[in-house]
Amino acid sequence: MTALKGLTKHRLFWPVVALLVLLLGDLVASPSFFKIELRDGHLYGNLVDILKNGAPLILIAIGMTLVIATRGIDLSVGSVVAISGALACLWVSDNADGAVTTLIAFGLALGLSLVLGVWNGWLVAALGIQPIIATLILMVAGRGIAQLITDGQIITVNSHSFEWIGSGFLLTLPSAILIALAVFVLASVLVRRSALGLLVEAVGGNPEASRLAGLRSARLTWLVYVFCALCAGIAGLMISANVHSADGNHAGLFIELDAILAVVVGGTQLTGGRFSLGGSVIGALLIQTLTTTVYALGIPPEAIMLFKALVVLAVCLLQSPAFRRKLRRRRANTPGTPAPASAPEKVEVTA
Amino acid sequence: MTTLARVKGYRPQQRHLPILATLALLIGAYIFGASSYEAFGSGQVILDLFINNAFLLVVAVGMTFVILTGGIDLSVGSVVALSTVISGDLLQKHGWPAYAAIAVVLVVGALLGAGMGALIHFFEIQPFIATLIGMFFARGLCYTITTEAYSIDNATIATLAQTQIPLGGELHISISVVVALVVVAAAAYVLAFTRFGRTVYSIGGNAQSAMLMGLKTGRTKIAVYTISGVCSALGGLLLVLYKSSGDPLNGVGLELTAIAAVVIGGTILTGGSGYVLGTVLGIMVLGIIQTLITFDGTLNSWWTSIITGALLFVFIVLQRLVTRRTR
Amino acid sequence: MPEPQPMVRMSGIRKEFPGVLALDGVDFRMYPGEVHALMGENGAGKSTLIKVLTGVYGVDAGTIELDGGAVAFSGPGEAQQAGVSTVYQEVNLCPNLSVAENVCLGREPRRFGRIQWGPMRRRAEELLARLDVHVDVSAELSTCSIAVQQLVAIARALDVDARVLVLDEPTSSLDAGEVEKLLDVVRALRETGMAILFVSHFIDQVFAVADRMTVLRNGKLIGEYRTADITPVELVTRMIGKELQVLEDLEDSGPSRAEVAGAPVLLAAENLGRKGGVAPFDLAIHAGEVVGLAGLLGSGRTELARLLFGADHADSGTVKIDGDPTPLRTPRAGLDHKIAFLSENRKAEGLVEELTVRENIVLALQASRGWARPLSRRRQDEIAEKYIKALDIRPANPEALVGNLSGGNQQKVLLARWLITEPRLLILDEPTRGIDIGAKTEIQRLVTQLSGDGMAVVFISAELEEVLRLSHRVVVLRDRKVVAERENQALTADDIMATMAEGVQA
Repeated sequence: MTALKGLTKHRLFWPVVALLVLLLGDLVASPSFFKIELRDGHLYGNLVDILKNGAPLILIAIGMTLVIATRGIDLSVGSVVAISGALACLWVSDNADGAVTTLIAFGLALGLSLVLGVWNGWLVAALGIQPIIATLILMVAGRGIAQLITDGQIITVNSHSFEWIGSGFLLTLPSAILIALAVFVLASVLVRRSALGLLVEAVGGNPEASRLAGLRSARLTWLVYVFCALCAGIAGLMISANVHSADGNHAGLFIELDAILAVVVGGTQLTGGRFSLGGSVIGALLIQTLTTTVYALGIPPEAIMLFKALVVLAVCLLQSPAFRRKLRRRRANTPGTPAPASAPEKVEVTA
Repeated sequence: MTTLARVKGYRPQQRHLPILATLALLIGAYIFGASSYEAFGSGQVILDLFINNAFLLVVAVGMTFVILTGGIDLSVGSVVALSTVISGDLLQKHGWPAYAAIAVVLVVGALLGAGMGALIHFFEIQPFIATLIGMFFARGLCYTITTEAYSIDNATIATLAQTQIPLGGELHISISVVVALVVVAAAAYVLAFTRFGRTVYSIGGNAQSAMLMGLKTGRTKIAVYTISGVCSALGGLLLVLYKSSGDPLNGVGLELTAIAAVVIGGTILTGGSGYVLGTVLGIMVLGIIQTLITFDGTLNSWWTSIITGALLFVFIVLQRLVTRRTR
Repeated sequence: MPEPQPMVRMSGIRKEFPGVLALDGVDFRMYPGEVHALMGENGAGKSTLIKVLTGVYGVDAGTIELDGGAVAFSGPGEAQQAGVSTVYQEVNLCPNLSVAENVCLGREPRRFGRIQWGPMRRRAEELLARLDVHVDVSAELSTCSIAVQQLVAIARALDVDARVLVLDEPTSSLDAGEVEKLLDVVRALRETGMAILFVSHFIDQVFAVADRMTVLRNGKLIGEYRTADITPVELVTRMIGKELQVLEDLEDSGPSRAEVAGAPVLLAAENLGRKGGVAPFDLAIHAGEVVGLAGLLGSGRTELARLLFGADHADSGTVKIDGDPTPLRTPRAGLDHKIAFLSENRKAEGLVEELTVRENIVLALQASRGWARPLSRRRQDEIAEKYIKALDIRPANPEALVGNLSGGNQQKVLLARWLITEPRLLILDEPTRGIDIGAKTEIQRLVTQLSGDGMAVVFISAELEEVLRLSHRVVVLRDRKVVAERENQALTADDIMATMAEGVQA
């Protein structure tokens, strides 16, 4: 009983439950939902699709988690996605198809993403501009830059080696999944095996106290924005490779909001401090599964946003300590239920 | 207390500096425009700024209340869209009279805002997330009502939209501008002269202290989101007057424009400091950028966003430098 | 003499926080027209009892009666309406609003809902004048000194038609003159029949003003006493539950003045200054020396300390460490040169409240090692356990969230953070403010011991006795200037006070 209670208090409990409920709903609606088959040495199936299609969101959510942990936020990731995809596609379409071209394209795109991350970090860490406004600048300007790169066109590419990052396979698994997994493992190890995690949480928890404790918080802040932009850059490559094209206007549109939702659903507070990379991955999977579920359950696609709003609302409410407190009190006041062990709670004055 | 050095002459208060910086830059942009393009100098260009941005101004006023408490409202763009869609649905599909539709739209906006406020206050969900949910919810409602845009040809709406109020000479404004200015004036009065308004500032300054001072912080928080909801709904109605359409794709990204305008107007995102007048200036700045680009005529559409971003950057850095020097 | 009907009667109050039983069946009563002191060490439950009385917290068990009628306030607003007004320990006002608003907000004069700014300002001025505070009431509160902010908070409490006034550590940021003024106000209010709950760590103030006192320890009621029936020593004994150690032996345990004067100069500031902070000054600190900084609030003592650490960077002068010119531009530079700085503002500039005691303790050490060289978890646990034991941090749980600890224990956590960096110069800015006697004595003993081990200490305190007891040398500041530097030889508090007050019109 107490073990169960401890479990429900774990901050990842409700996101995991929501994810399982959704998957279970899918299973009931279409019994073949969980079917995974091996064709030509490649794995296929709905679950694989969720992971594969969710890979860009997972990547960005990982980067966003660290930014949010420092009390920041990065609204520009969607623009970085568009810019990275645009530059890579431009290079691939202008040069002979081949592994070298693709590698150069990746290098260019990620290099530019890095520069954009440095820009964001400069505004936040060096100039001390509020993160939401600092990254708003690139969010607004970035769409224009992406269109400038593609000259307002949608560049389509036809390069097998380029498409690998989005829709290729490695060791029977889609490469996108493996890349997201690799970044997750790398980030987790880096953060928890070094002191980065503690220092990031300290900076997010109390920036001034951290500065006076001798932390180089500016440098850390800079680092997380660069990392976040890099994650967005990789995600941009995946997204453009997946659709064989770069669309400066629509690539990665609103992905920053999905990523922020994923981070929050995953138990990291927007006020900074404590963070959980694993939670963010679960949050991202939850949001991706929502989309897949809408199609699997035959809900009209028009309702997808409504559905998303309701599920995220439910998860956020269940995670909210205030909501649970109120729920418990109501239950305690309902006649017929056994009195809780802590009887005095009943006399607690209502807030 | 030691005697304070008494400085004679005008020294602006520190909290007014961001607004003054914005005003100076706005005047600079206007002078630049007027010296570059002859037509820019006509008074109607200024009035057109108001006419074209009346709906945005109303939305930004609501946003100002929210940001002053240290919150944020991401749902405004979706609520604007929902208002246009509901107007279109009621007027075109169901043939409702215009004023009944307007009433319904305003009530829906108030309910949505109050709902988000309740999530934030009672369940302690962060404003960013609560209003993000509201944003998805309202946009989702738009799509469930219609996936196509309504073209609105209601007679009352058409009359309201086309009425021009002459100001003498060639100059004129629209009814939307009057509505927007009334909203601005009312908001400025409420913030400066009512207990509710001062509570808004106190929450932004230090919510915990405001609560311990015995102020009704919970009620106030819910109220500011309700105000923002009503302002967004009203903004949606003004957009209906402006565009005569109810489109579920209306107002995408509008929340960012509104936030940008509020911040360029000198209101600090952490709350507690700022004025509605600053928001008006912020809207004017964004409007004048757009007008300058239109006047230039050689720039591709994507330059609009790049230049907006660049100017956003310049304004923010300038304000930052101005406020930092005085610290 | 006690009247039959208490103004406040709290019975069997119980309040539990996760992991802490803050109040365990506490009874408390207060009569009209008395000043009642609530005494206890940090963590005894004083703040919690106050917050229960003023409606910030609900209770887990027990009843509260006001003037004979049971009450259950759902918030401070309701408590205020019922006549219970409070001034909290940490100044709880809105820094972005004007002084007048902070005094009147929630009760501002209105006509048809419109706030009357003129009358509001006049009322604020009148109320502040009762406390002998004369400031521009339309100035933003954040531009006022902490002392003025504290008085504004008290003025605000007086503005209510209060039957019960709660003053939680109202004097901790006031200087001697201001304290006297405040105590006079308290006495005058008592005459009006108000019941005043007075919480203070300053025993002499309590005996000067209180009629009766209630002592708490570890969340339990120890007893209620009339001031006339108890001596200070008895009171302190009941508060800490053991005989008070005698402080006199402290003076002999540290190195002597002659010894430290012969020791090498560790840090020398030459012409160091910062505009708006402190005027250029010279100061040499020897290894093993305790340098006391004395001065009123706002005299520049904190600003001086911040320059020595690198918390602010100087715009004139140089710092030499071991004779080498060393620019101190950031706290990091201070840390790298083995300087430690304990800020007077625990909450804003010290603690990371949502992290654990262990994480807070290792923070500075980890920062100096850089992120790539993490302290192993085992090493962290060892360090945390060692210092929890050495400094008697309670609860003795390294994984407790630091935000849930009492003020004194939080201060010890911060001390531990700096001690493990093995500093050569330790700067302590008001380390004993708002801390109970037990913890205060421990910190004073620690300072003596550290200086005996060769550490240089800069010690800032508003309590001159404390500065004199610990320091080898005292530097006096006034109006953001160093005005005197005295060897602590036959120096008395009156001497320093005279220096501090020179040129200041009383």
